[in-house]
Amino acid sequence: MGWIGETVDSVKSIQIRQLISQVVSLGMIVTSALIIWKGLMCITGSESPVVVVLSGSMEPGFKRGDILFLHMGKDPIRAGEIVVFNVDGREIPIVHRVIKVHERQDTGEVDVLTKGDNNYGDDRLLYAQGQQWLQRHHIMGRAVGFLPYVGWVTIIMTEKPIIKYLLIGALGLLVITSKE
Amino acid sequence: MHSFGYRANALLTFALTILALICAMASFSDNLNSPSPSAHVQVLNINWFQKSSQGNDEVSMTLNISANLQSLFTWNTKQVFVFLAAEYETPKNSLNQVSLWDGIIPAKEYAKFGIHTTNKYHFDDQGSNLRGKEYNLTLHWHVMPKTGKMFADKLVMTGFRFPEEYR
Repeated sequence: MGWIGETVDSVKSIQIRQLISQVVSLGMIVTSALIIWKGLMCITGSESPVVVVLSGSMEPGFKRGDILFLHMGKDPIRAGEIVVFNVDGREIPIVHRVIKVHERQDTGEVDVLTKGDNNYGDDRLLYAQGQQWLQRHHIMGRAVGFLPYVGWVTIIMTEKPIIKYLLIGALGLLVITSKE
Repeated sequence: MHSFGYRANALLTFALTILALICAMASFSDNLNSPSPSAHVQVLNINWFQKSSQGNDEVSMTLNISANLQSLFTWNTKQVFVFLAAEYETPKNSLNQVSLWDGIIPAKEYAKFGIHTTNKYHFDDQGSNLRGKEYNLTLHWHVMPKTGKMFADKLVMTGFRFPEEYR
């Protein structure tokens, strides 16, 4: 009888160890993703270092589903740069090009006007009511790099949440059931 | 160990790594190109020049822009965005940049162009400082790659001056 109890005990302890190691490896994956994201935030100085293009207003340069890498830095904003900005009262940031810059002599503050390459007129219609110019604090970053198509993954996942949950479920199942 | 899932995972990881590496190399190869663009801009006419009801100076002008940007194109170039901006300093502002005209060049064949146009965007100052003001016309270009890093540069043309009186 003694050896049966021992075997049961050893089996139990193996399963508990396996379970713990799987939880730890899952935690490692999640935390390393978090570390990469926060690290990018530190390096680029932008609160969201990577954005997905959601509209066609910058075509043919940027299409829906393309990914942009942002950088903020201390450099002043100049005409021609592609900036990502937030408008008060709008949740989704906009990616457009700067067409006018007025920089103050004394304070160094800037007034900026933007326009989408594919839009007919400038962005004053998109700004908050009565707003003529963007200031520095509206701007989240300027685009420095470009990667096509990759953003479709996030677009599909936000528009069809079911796919997101299926994917998360499948990945979770894989991690838990994998033996190696 | 050699299950289907394991092999599929390895293959996918390998494919993505190679793809990322090739994208990085394509972007890096842009550095090997040393372009020599040229441009010439003329202000043919000041169509009108006045003070708006808000008190800001406004100008309409006719421009002749010719440029050869063909050397900017490499195999990783998707398009070149080119624009002409008036740049000047006023007592209030250390820098004013106003875009007057812009265009998208989709391919190398179209990168040598001459264009005759009035300013596409409204040219107004913040204030009333433009009479007799000296300004630069700067041709800027932003190279958008198929993938990777974006490039920008400019050609500054100096010695332009607004008329002393409204017209």
